[in-house]
Amino acid sequence: MSEMIRVQVNGEGRDCHADATVADLLKDLEITTERVAVEVNLEILDRAVFGQRMLKDGDRVEILSFIGGGSFGRR
Amino acid sequence: MGDDRLIIAGREFTSRLWVGTGKYKDFVETQKAIEVSGAEVVTVAVRRVNITDRSKENLLDYIDPKKYTILPNTAGCYTVEDAVRYSRLARAAGVSDLVKLEVLGDEKTLFPDTAGLIEAAKILIKEGFIVLPYTNDDPIVAKKLVDIGCPAVMPLAAPIGSGLGIRNPYNLKILMEAVNVPVIVDAGVGTASDAALAMEYGADAVLMNTAIAGAQDPIAMAEAMKYAVWSGRLAYKAGRIPRKLYATASSPIEGML
Repeated sequence: MSEMIRVQVNGEGRDCHADATVADLLKDLEITTERVAVEVNLEILDRAVFGQRMLKDGDRVEILSFIGGGSFGRR
Repeated sequence: MGDDRLIIAGREFTSRLWVGTGKYKDFVETQKAIEVSGAEVVTVAVRRVNITDRSKENLLDYIDPKKYTILPNTAGCYTVEDAVRYSRLARAAGVSDLVKLEVLGDEKTLFPDTAGLIEAAKILIKEGFIVLPYTNDDPIVAKKLVDIGCPAVMPLAAPIGSGLGIRNPYNLKILMEAVNVPVIVDAGVGTASDAALAMEYGADAVLMNTAIAGAQDPIAMAEAMKYAVWSGRLAYKAGRIPRKLYATASSPIEGML
């Protein structure tokens, strides 16, 4: 069994396998890669590298998508 | 109105009503209101995916990006860094290079921070974005935004969500004369007459969200706004009569007893 690491995903701690890629994480979360943006440690990833980018212990991952919005200012 | 097209950065639009997708009861209502409004440009926000509750549906399952031009915004961004970051994320999410750029100055008014707006726009334009800036009704700032490469400007009519209508029609008119790009009046519209007035003044389009989504019957208001924008545009093109203080009879005197 592979070693486990801990990453932050959208601000929440999450354990995953040390050999997991961003694509694996998205699959685990049941998120289709279509129309999501992924940022790891403030670096925006090209969709093409989701399957290659390995997660490292302590990585801060942000997964974003489009929601309803006109103009509003609350964070 | 078939040949009266709005063209921005090579994209052609028939409808001159742009709509936001926030504040609706649910996605079905959002979808229906947008359909009834006839809008072709639809704004969306970029936010974290809900990873704890994956049963939540995706807005774009209801608003087909093949049918509508999706215009991501940077709503909620108060710094140049945040606005640039959200714009890049929006592009990475794979819809287009378009961004409705907002750099807000203050939570109470949501007025734009125009100095930050110009700075962020410069960065994004250099990166190939098509930047549509949410700005003040300030003709000088609008000119600067056009000078740095914005293909349209989006001045406010009144504070976002206020429903106050056009607070400074004279500034807006001067702004429209001052720039040679489309002007989309954005924010502050309360009801159909506000939208019609914006178009009569010569706006190229009107963007609204709360005026429709917050109405008691959003679907009915979406329809009202469609006609308001149409009739405002038609009246602008027809050319209104000048205002005069005294009456001018429209029936002839000749032939009276």
